[in-house]
Amino acid sequence: MISQNFINLAYVLAAVLFIFDLKWMAHPRTAVKGNRVGVLAMLIAIAATMLSGNLEFKYILIGISIGSVIGAVAAMRVAMTSMPEMVGLFNGFGGGASIMVAGAALIAAMYSLAGGGEEASMQTKIAIVASGIIGSITFFGSYVAFGKLAEFLAVKWKLHLWQSIIKYGFSSAVVAGGAWYGLSQPTSAMSIGLIVSAVLIGAILLIKKDRFPGMNILKSLCGIAVLVLGYMVIQDPGNMLLFWLLVTVAGVLGVILTISIGGADMPVVIALLNSYSGLAATATGFVINNNVLIIAGSLVGASGIILTQIMCKAMNRSLTNVLFGSLGPTADTPDAEEVYKTVKSTSPEEVAMMLETAQKVVIIPGYGMAVSQAQHAVRDLANLIEANGAEVLYGIHPVAGRMPGHMNVLLAEADIDYDKLKEMDEINTSLAQVDVAIVLGANDVVNPVARTDPNSAIAGMPIIDVDKARTVVVIKRSLSPGFAGIPNPLFAMDNTLMFFSDGKKAMEDLIAAVKEGN
Amino acid sequence: MEIFVLILTIFVLAIFVGLEIVTKVPPTLHTPLMSGSNAISGITIIGALLLAGQIGNPELSKILGTVAVIFATINVVGGFLVTDRMLKMFKKK
Repeated sequence: MISQNFINLAYVLAAVLFIFDLKWMAHPRTAVKGNRVGVLAMLIAIAATMLSGNLEFKYILIGISIGSVIGAVAAMRVAMTSMPEMVGLFNGFGGGASIMVAGAALIAAMYSLAGGGEEASMQTKIAIVASGIIGSITFFGSYVAFGKLAEFLAVKWKLHLWQSIIKYGFSSAVVAGGAWYGLSQPTSAMSIGLIVSAVLIGAILLIKKDRFPGMNILKSLCGIAVLVLGYMVIQDPGNMLLFWLLVTVAGVLGVILTISIGGADMPVVIALLNSYSGLAATATGFVINNNVLIIAGSLVGASGIILTQIMCKAMNRSLTNVLFGSLGPTADTPDAEEVYKTVKSTSPEEVAMMLETAQKVVIIPGYGMAVSQAQHAVRDLANLIEANGAEVLYGIHPVAGRMPGHMNVLLAEADIDYDKLKEMDEINTSLAQVDVAIVLGANDVVNPVARTDPNSAIAGMPIIDVDKARTVVVIKRSLSPGFAGIPNPLFAMDNTLMFFSDGKKAMEDLIAAVKEGN
Repeated sequence: MEIFVLILTIFVLAIFVGLEIVTKVPPTLHTPLMSGSNAISGITIIGALLLAGQIGNPELSKILGTVAVIFATINVVGGFLVTDRMLKMFKKK
């Protein structure tokens, strides 16, 4: 057996390397190296743990093999456009692991007590409770975020087969698991409570709406129940039924908290769940008194908090408002028909002619680019425009797409130089000199109402001021509103031309028209 | 109690380090930052390994530990791989 000091030193090394991982994430040139240093840190921490002795490897090897295969296949196969779902789902696995570790640690502690060992300390008990609660909120919340992003939860339209399998499979599994465990225990208020909570989770996941009556009351009830149950587990740690009841009630809370959050707020939710998954790891660190878990978990927790703040700021909303409020048309929202009276529609040929004479072109991508997978066509068009001697830049709003940095990843996939991707504040200073601004599948983030109408749902939200460009071309399938549900007067402005088309198709038509013009 | 205060200190300091370094990450890299930090949160695997493998632990505890190992490994392997895939795309011409 290797001395405990040596193992602890290895943990310190791993913690330092994790810090370097995030530090090197600060620049695209060093980020690949940073991520690999993170892998190294993880391997060191795992190796040190394996060598700490007193371990048998049977279960460990089974677990690592299964997990590696699933993780690797998922990571290699996922399309870049589906990255938000993927990250949402991965967050959940971290939370799930925290619940299981807390449960296993509680059983181990009780077993050791029964065998004449010492009673678990207050810190261990509190940490087990925290780990169970945060883990469960993260696990179920992430599943909801994944389901909403992959469009099989809280939607009214028909599902693909795989979507139905996940949706109904997960609900049935939760209900069956809760019923099986609850019925295996002697009948009591607790076992009934557990079955009810499990059924509640399964049922809420099947509802086709984001919100349902009594939701806020249920939210508060669950919040209070979680605190009370947490206290009871600390008082009576030997009662496993109580612990699992705590986990299920926290699960109900996780589901309701996430399901009521609208599509536009998804970037905030993903960032928040990211933070929770780190905090869950930290709580687990307090369970087993392990520094590397606490440090690594805190780094992730902090990272998620910062991203959450940035996202909230980019929407001019507070976190409380995102979690508990609602975004949508207000009573005095102007009538869409009135706003869109002067909309002018255009053709690929007309846009191509403007692009030929333009000196400076800016492309503002939004979720529509991701949906239509238009990023490669965007690059081809940009290359053609640049060949004519014009400059092409990209203006990226912080909440464009469905997760922080979503647009940047897609444009990077299409081999576009990251120096051309400009942040909102930077692009806004130069938009007045831009000849043609192309808005590709973005809506709310370019809505001038945010600046002009203090009563609007998006009042005060920082936007990309495309209306200041000489000509604006908006590529959009129809005049339907964005996530905020309000009309966009940009579409009807004198210098705006609407190009009604699917994003990718529009790019391809423009490429053909520009080539013909040459 | 002393141990608790000690690790609490480490926790507080680590949060500050995290806030300090992550603030410097540019928006372009926010998605890889999330998936990469997500992989790091899979560090829970250490706790999972200790419980799944501890000799003398009751069987049920080991089984829960094994499920935790599976979850955490998916998180770690998937998170790091997908981050690497994304970061390799960020190129300067």
